[in-house]
Formats: sequence, structure tokens, C-alpha cells
Amino acid sequence: MGILEKMMQLDRRWIYLAVGLAVIIPAIVGFRVPVAVSPEVKRVYDFVNDIKPGEYLFVAMDYDPTTLAELNPMAEAILKHAFSRNEKIVIVTLAQFGPGMVEQITNGLAKEFNKTRGVDYAFLGYRPYPAITILAMGVDFRVPFPVDYYGVPLDSLPVMRGIKNFYNVKGVIDLTAGNTADMWLVDGNGRYGFPLAIGITGVMAADYYQYLQSGQLFGIIPGIKGAAEYESLVNMPGQGMAQAAYQVVAHSVIIMFIIISNFAFFATRRRRGQVGGAR
Amino acid sequence: MTALQLILDGIAAFLTLCIFSFLYKDNPFYKFAERLVAGVATGYWTMLLYHTNFTDKVLTPIFVNGQYIYIIPALLGVMMWTRFSRNWAWISRYSIAFYIGIASGVTIPVALYTSLFKQLEATIAVPITFSVAGFNTLLIVIAVLSALVYFFFSTAHKGAVGAASRLGIYVIMIGFGAGFGLTVMGRVALLVQRIIFLKGYVLNIASLFGG
Repeated sequence: MGILEKMMQLDRRWIYLAVGLAVIIPAIVGFRVPVAVSPEVKRVYDFVNDIKPGEYLFVAMDYDPTTLAELNPMAEAILKHAFSRNEKIVIVTLAQFGPGMVEQITNGLAKEFNKTRGVDYAFLGYRPYPAITILAMGVDFRVPFPVDYYGVPLDSLPVMRGIKNFYNVKGVIDLTAGNTADMWLVDGNGRYGFPLAIGITGVMAADYYQYLQSGQLFGIIPGIKGAAEYESLVNMPGQGMAQAAYQVVAHSVIIMFIIISNFAFFATRRRRGQVGGAR
Repeated sequence: MTALQLILDGIAAFLTLCIFSFLYKDNPFYKFAERLVAGVATGYWTMLLYHTNFTDKVLTPIFVNGQYIYIIPALLGVMMWTRFSRNWAWISRYSIAFYIGIASGVTIPVALYTSLFKQLEATIAVPITFSVAGFNTLLIVIAVLSALVYFFFSTAHKGAVGAASRLGIYVIMIGFGAGFGLTVMGRVALLVQRIIFLKGYVLNIASLFGG
């Protein structure tokens, strides 16, 4: 058996090991790579940057711990950006395993930026059935969320006084790992027409660029790359920029495997053809 | 770092390694971690739904605030449980019919507007001119039409239709390629995040011993 045939029958665990090492080595060596900013991420940054102090930004953190690797960095970057500009933030989560995680992030950042819950920001909590919740929030935030995550009536929160629904916020940023992006597009932007941007996992990104082209979204933050771009724009390096170096090495290894396996596949197919094997 | 945090991180690190062990082969450690996730998730969601929904939307409105109108949706919810009885399952159809009726009425018009009309409009919104934007529009129009032809099965894919169909499959393949690349990035991100976490944990342990 030649080396090419051996390569075609390579145990997949060797590939896991190679990718694992490709990720572990940057953790030991430690280096950074430059991050080029794409226009769709820059537009989200510009939008948040243009909100005046005291005006409202609505952030939906519709993801759970299974996707925090990609979405936490962008959530942290956006919240840091908004907090640093003294913007008021209304936060919800429409993911069932999201509340505890969102609470952890918001509490940590609020402490870092010296912000007070209920005064500078509100975490409304979780409700099931995202589409219905979005539609109801378009009428009044108090319909699906009569109280916030901590059981405090919304009317008694200083930050919620004077705002009723999406018409009172400058825009919505949905950070999502599932089909809530569709619901924000259809039941949110489609029905109420507020400016909408999404931060999504890499897996989803290719499916949503057409909404950017149609103007239904004003920006997209795609996966960890988008998070790294946003962090570089706000000049607050975090997990996104830290992951960029790992991504470069891991992607290089995966590309190398794709090239080698394709070469081996076509070479062995030709050889099989020469000895009468199936094409 | 507190001792409690170190213990909690230690549990998280152990469970991470349990899950990773599946990459070698299925084993009891992986099975333990997998079942633990399923159990914790079920318990967490059940209590979350009770405290943030059943309490807010049923108990408090009806029994505390006297808003008896909430009895109707609560009753519709209870009717759904009749599906577990062969004799009474028909009752649940009223709840399902109500839900589907509302959802269809609310969603269909706006979904058509958002996902079809706005997308169609965007396909031809920018005129085809001698500019980058115009060239992009031309590309989009050609790509959309050729991809649609690929899925048009009422005519044999021969001649011009065949050529358009072949172009369509290339367009679709490029889309899949973009999707695959982004998926790889996403999956690697999951691994990287765990490796960064494990690295942090090892460094914390090392610092305890003066490392």
C-alpha cells in the first residue's frame, strides 16, 4: 500500500490530534495577528457609536452556553462600547438556557463600568416563544415582561421610565445562535421597522448576508471573526482577538488536510482506474 | 481566585475533558458528562419556565390580581395535556387550531413581505450600470436566475436550460463553500474557547504552587 492509499485510510483521530495540537501550540507560544475590519461590522460599530449618551440601545442575547465561545466576545464588546458611552441598555434573552449566562456577563461588565442595574441598564429576562415575545414587545415591553429578571416591576425601574416599546430605542442588536434571527427579521424589523443588526455564529453567517444587501439589516457580526473586528474597533482586546491567532493556525492545518486529501483522492482514483478499478 | 471558584472551574475542566474523550472513542466518562448535561438542562428549563412564566402568566394574574381573562389561555394550555389520553386527545385539537390560526394570521403576511418581496426587490433594486454596484447587481441577478433554473424540473436540463442549470449548481456550490468555511471557523472557535479555559485553569493551579 502506497503512501497515498494510506493517507486515504487515515484514522480520523490523527486529524483530531493535529487540529488539537494546532490549537494548543498558540496557547503555549502566544502571538497576535492583525484583524481587518469588514464594512458590515463597521456599520454596527458606527451605529452604537452614534447613539447619544442617555439614548437607548436594545440588545437581545438569544444564545446559550453552547455557543458562548463565539457570541460572548461580541456581546461583551458591544456592551462595553455602549456602557463606555453612557448609553442606556435594555437586555433580553429569548434562549431558554441564556438567562444565567446573560446575568453573569451583564453583572460583570456593569461592575467594571460602574453601572447600576435598573438605572443604567435593565435585564428583562427570558420568555418562551420568541416570535410572540417580539410581537408583544412591539406593543409594550411590559406585556411580555411585567417584571424584570429579578422580579422588579418595569415601571419602578428608572431606566424603563419613559420608554414603552421599540419606537423608543435607537435600534436592536440581536446576538443569536438560532432561528430567533429570522423572528427578529420577520416579526421585529418586518412589522415594526426598527433598525436591526445581528451577531451570529459562523455556521449561520452565510444565510443572512442577503438581508444585509436588501437593507433589512444594517450590519452583521459574523462569528468569532466579527467579534475580533468589533473588539479592534473599540480598542478593547478580548476573547475575539485572542482567538484570532488560534484560528489562523487551525485553519491552516485544516486547509492543508483538505489539499492533501484531495490530492490523495484524485491520485488514487486515477491509479485505480489504470488497474481497472471503478472510476 | 477563591477556593470555591477553583473547585467549580476544576469541575468544568474535568467535564470538558470527559466530553473531549469521545474524540478517541465512546467511553463511560463521556456518557456521564452527556447525561449530566441533559439532566441539568431539563431541570433548569423546567424551573425557569415555572418561575418566569407559570407564575407570571397564570398564578399571579388569576389568583393575586384577579385578572380572570387569563383563565382562557390557561385552559387552552391544560387542554393540550389531553393528548396523553387516547379517548380525550381530540380536545387538544382546539388548542392547536387556535395556536395555528393565530400564528398563521400574524406571520404569513409579514413573512411574505420580509422574506420574499423585500428580497425580490433587493435583487433588482440597484440598476445594472458600469460600476462596482452595477456589476454586483448583474452577478446577483445571474446567480439567482441560474440557481432557480437548477430547481426547475418541468423541463429537461438541455441546451440553454442545461447551461443555466450547470451555472446554478456552481452558484449553489459557492454558497455551500462559504457556509462550510464559516462552519469550520465556528467549530474551531468552540474548541479554542475550551482550550483557553483549560489554559487559564492550569495557570491558576500552577500559581497556587508558586509556578
